[in-house]
Formats: sequence, C-alpha cells, structure tokens
Amino acid sequence: MKTVRTILAILILMMVPFAISAGGQTDSAGGDTPITFWTFNELHQQFYEMAAEEWNKDNPTRKIELQAETFPYNDMHNKLLVALQSGVGAPAIVDIEISKFPNFLKGQIQLEPMNEYVNPVVDQLVKSRLDIYAKDGNYYGLPFHVGAAVMYYNVEIMDAAGVNIDDIKTWDDYVQAGLKVKAATGKMMTSIETTDQWTFWPMISQRDSDFFNPDGSVALDNKANIATLEFLHNMIYKQKIAATTPGGNHHSEEYYGAMNAGDFASVLMPMWYMGRFTDYMSDLKGKIAIRPLPSWTVGGKRSAGMGGTGTVVTKQAEYPEIAKEFLAYAKLSEKGNIQLWSFLGFDPPRWSVWDDPALKATNKFTEYFVNDDIFGLLLEVKDEINPVTITEQIPQASELVKGDIMFQALGDQSKTPAQALKDAADKLRK
Amino acid sequence: MKIHSKTKRHLVPYMFVAPFLISLIFFYLYPLISTVIMSFQHIVPGEVEFIGFENYAKLNDEHFFIAIKNSFVYTTLTIAVLIPIPVIFAATLNGKKFIGSTIFRSVFFIPSLVSVVVAGTIVRLIFASPDGALINSLISYFNITPQKWLMAGKFHAMFLLVILATWRWTGINIIYFLSGLQTIPDELYEAASIDGANTVQKFLVITLPLLKPIVIFVTTISILGGFSMFEESYILWQGTSPSNIGLTMVGYVYRKGFQSGDLGMGSAVGLVLLVIILVLSIIQLLFWGFFKRSES
Repeated sequence: MKTVRTILAILILMMVPFAISAGGQTDSAGGDTPITFWTFNELHQQFYEMAAEEWNKDNPTRKIELQAETFPYNDMHNKLLVALQSGVGAPAIVDIEISKFPNFLKGQIQLEPMNEYVNPVVDQLVKSRLDIYAKDGNYYGLPFHVGAAVMYYNVEIMDAAGVNIDDIKTWDDYVQAGLKVKAATGKMMTSIETTDQWTFWPMISQRDSDFFNPDGSVALDNKANIATLEFLHNMIYKQKIAATTPGGNHHSEEYYGAMNAGDFASVLMPMWYMGRFTDYMSDLKGKIAIRPLPSWTVGGKRSAGMGGTGTVVTKQAEYPEIAKEFLAYAKLSEKGNIQLWSFLGFDPPRWSVWDDPALKATNKFTEYFVNDDIFGLLLEVKDEINPVTITEQIPQASELVKGDIMFQALGDQSKTPAQALKDAADKLRK
Repeated sequence: MKIHSKTKRHLVPYMFVAPFLISLIFFYLYPLISTVIMSFQHIVPGEVEFIGFENYAKLNDEHFFIAIKNSFVYTTLTIAVLIPIPVIFAATLNGKKFIGSTIFRSVFFIPSLVSVVVAGTIVRLIFASPDGALINSLISYFNITPQKWLMAGKFHAMFLLVILATWRWTGINIIYFLSGLQTIPDELYEAASIDGANTVQKFLVITLPLLKPIVIFVTTISILGGFSMFEESYILWQGTSPSNIGLTMVGYVYRKGFQSGDLGMGSAVGLVLLVIILVLSIIQLLFWGFFKRSES
C-alpha cells in the first residue's frame, strides 16, 4: 500500500511541470502573437524589428512578438530547405535570396501565396521584381528593392588624381580614369569579385545579356558575356587598374577593411549596398559619391537590376494569417516602402511612393554620401534597367559563376575567360 | 520456477546490449537503409519518385572527381604528417629524462579541445590576404612575397587544410602513441642497452615494431577522418571555395543534398563515399596483415 502511494506521489509530482506550462500557454495566447523570422542579413533583421514596433503601435489589440534570428547566408538557406522538406522546424516568415529562390519552388510549394495582399496593389509595384518570386500565378515572395546597380566613387582619391567623376560616361572613360588614378595615387581604380557575381552580372545585364535567354536556354557563354569577362581580365592584368577583391567578394571583412582604408577608388555594387558603407565602412563618411554606371556605348544603359530577397510566409507558420498581414504591412504598404528607403537605403519596389517627399528627406544615407539627392539618381536611371531571367537553373548557374568562372578566369587564371564561360555553360546544358 | 530464472538469466545479456542495439538500429541502420532507398529517388517537398540509377549516372561530373581527388590527397597528406610527427613527439615525451613532459602533453593536447569552427576562423584570419595579416607580415621579414593564401589556388589551399589538421590532431595522436609506448616493457630497452644498442637503434628495433597495433588504429581513424573532412574547408571558404580548391567528398554531399536541395543525389554521393572508405580500410588492414591469424 505504501509503495502504491509513493508511486502516485511521484506521478503527481511529474505532472506539475506540464500543468505549469499549460497555464503559461493560455497566458501567451491572450498576449502578443509570436512570429518567428529568419534572415541572413543583420540589417534586414533590424528592419523587421522596427516594422514590428510600428505594427504594434498601429494595432494595439493585435500585437505581435517578432522572434528574429540572423544566420550566415548558406546556413540559413540550407536549414530552411531541410525544414521545409521534412515538415518541421521552419520559421513563420523568412528571407530567401534570389539565387536560392527557385530551390523553394520545386514540388509541392511549402510557402503561402501572398496574392490576397499583392493583387489589390499589383499595378503600383515593379512587376518584374514580383515575378521572380512567383510561380503559376501565385506570388510567394515580397521584394525588398529594385536593386539598381550603381558606381560608388571615393571622391578623395578621384580629386587627388584630378578626375571629375561626372566626365566618366562609358566604360572606356572609366578605364582612362583608372589609369590616371593609378598614375597619380598608385591606388587601384576598383576591385573585382572572384567568388561572387555582383561585378559580372550587372555589367552583362547592361549590354542586354544575362545567364539565360528569355526562353530559358543557357546564354552564359555568349559573345557579350565573353567580351565582358575579358574586359574585367584586362582591367586586372593588362591595364593593371583593378585587383581581385580581398576576401573574394564585397561582403567579406577583408574587403570592408581595405575599402575603408582607402585602397580602392571605386566599387560597382547595387543601391542596396549603401547600408554596408554606413554600417561597416564608417571612415569613408563624406567621401563617397554615387553615380550611374558607365555605359558600354554612348547613350547605353547605365544601370541593372541586381540581387534581391523575397520574404515569404511558410506553410509551417503557426499563425499564417497574421504573419501574412504583417509581412504585407512591412513590405507592400506605402509606409513600409518609404521605410525600406529611409531605414535600409533600398530603392522601394512600390513606385507609387517614388515621388513622396519622404524620399527626398535627409536620412543616414544622405548624411553619409556626398550626393544631395540619392533618390533622384534612381529616378534618372529607372528606365535603363533590364529585367533578369530567373529559371529553375539559376541556383546552379549562380554557383558556377561564384565558384568556378570568376576565379578560374580572374583569380588563378587557370582558364581563359572564354573557356571558363564555355565549360560552365556546357555543364548547365547537360 | 527453475525455468523462469533460467530464461531470466538468458535475457540479461540482451538487456545489457539493448541500449547499444537500439541506438545502432535507430541512428545507424535506419538512416543507412533510408539513404540507400533515397539514392534511387528524386525528392522534392511533397513529391517522391523512383528514378532508378539516374542519380548515380549524374556522378559523372567534373566536380565529383575534384572532390574525390581533394579528399584523397588530403587523407594521404594528413596520414603522412600525423603519424611520424606524433610518434617522435610521443617517444620524446615518454623519455624518463625529459623535464616538464606533463606540461608539454597538455600543450599539445589543448588544440584538439578547440572547436573546428573557432580554429578555422582563426586560421582564416591569420592567413588573410592583406600584407598586414599575421602570416604575411611574418614571411615578409624573410623577404618572401605576401600570398593570397586562401585565394591563391589548390596548393595553398591543401597546405592550409593540412596545417589546420596537424595543429588540431597532433595532440590526440600523441596520446594514442603514448599509451602504446607505456605498454612496452622496460626490460626490452634494458636488454638492448646491455647489447650496446643506441637510442636510435632502440627506437627502430623495439619501439616502432611494438607500436604497430597503434599505428594501424591511427591510420584507420585517419582514413575515416580524412575522407569525412568537411567543416575545415567550409569554415575557411565560407561555403564555396573558388574553383573548388577546398571541395571534399562530404562537401559535395552537402552541396548536392542541401545547397541544391537534391537529397536523392546527396544520398548517392554519400553511399559512394561509404564504399570508398570501406575498400580503402580493408586494403589498409590487409597490408598490415591484420586479418592473418596470429602465429602464436
């Protein structure tokens, strides 16, 4: 009898934690709705945290609690892929980068369509930016930006070399300016990525080329692309006005340090790179001017729409309705789009806000960069941006550009530009 | 009653091995079987179909062969470095006359306690490409031109990987060899001294042959470790190494299975890796005469 009582007592004691946690659950259901969020970029996390604060101010009865986490780029996408494949562990809202996005549109799509929020405002959005995250008429990802590629010049170095950056109209002018900079200061005109695609892709897009043709066939080794890669090769090894990027790409600590120290006179990156300057290269404050890209021909295209991240709601979201509504609030609303600009420096995809006075107001970017009217520059080039062709093979193509082509042609020079492009293109055609 | 206690006694050994068997079934056997099945499938969320040998046919890929080659070279080099050096260190540390051997044992062992992520990040930073980075500024004292270590090509890449492995594993191997050395009876050395053998002779004729079982063991785990190397290269190049200079077999499994989201293909590569390691281990054991019956 005594043993029975002891066992009962133990069993009751074991129940206590469950009872307590059950009580806790009812409490939290009455409070803020928890929404988990993953990203691979610290600045994106800050943006969503700010948006959640705004949401809570606007919706005091339906507050959310954003549980945001930033992971390294590859880790996050791999974790997400496994979580979606296995059916457990994915967050409610997550950022998926453009070159990984097609991986998530395979099979039964594990993402929530956002059509109910996109359709009412679809005619006010840059359509090509929505289409890259859509399949079979369903919009899954909401874009951050147009991604206009621009040139960032270090005016201190340019002035020392006696170069007026407004005189640089074409890529030939750019090379000439580079020779002057090299002769006068001994510094490199620019750095070229060997483990990423942000130097090469915008430059081919400018001359109406791409990794794939609009019909989805492989265009990687076409004439324009070979000529572009040879042009980059010449800048490094013939004119000797460019160097391969320290650390391989413009997102490495090594590069931030070198650029911040004034080792390079300019860099080609999209508009969304502004935040990296303000946050990681603070010594260059007041020294960087943004200009459109040099064009290949006089009057040619002066920008390209590059990169992108589609934020999605997954099918595993515990509260999908409020997650979708919050995401639309953060990224589709006019308020959200204005904040994309003033907080992140991203050129917002909803063009109905483009003439809003808020976009001309001073913010941390207008304070950092030499330009008075950064947004005016975007309006100037907005019609000179080609769409990029996104196919199911983009993840492989992007991997080949990042992993093989750029390094083989420009890094260890184990292949000529033409050969590197051809070998990679053949792999995609297999 | 008698029968009952007999069955009980029969059950006891099974109960003792049960935890091991259960973990073997759940964590090894089940994943292994499921990998074999998956290697014949095309898997996307919600849709799974059998595609026969298609995944294996796709292995005829330049990157796959680069991965095999890298893993093979890495394993060979790590074995070439991580057996002789620890044996010599262990023999030195085991010497009676050696002062401070406890301190040195811990000094050599500490690196193996460091997580590979931390170690890899440190190596990445000290071998960074700017002229002011630690290694580059050191070698410039000796009038050697600064190198772009991580981005310089396959020789530099392999060098860094082997350096990292040496730093991390020397200590562990020293411990293995030390334990082996301590089983060698002192009388053998005494007898050799009486016969007039010098230190080198004693090492070659007594120490090395008696260490053979340990050498076999270390070689086996080095083959396993070498072919399954992944984190080191992942940390050094943050996922994708330029021109695949740091791509290993497991890196290729990871790339196919997780980065490209093709779990079927990843399983196929994993199984090929399993077969390679199995064959090499058996060859190695045959070479050492491990399967021969002992003559005594």
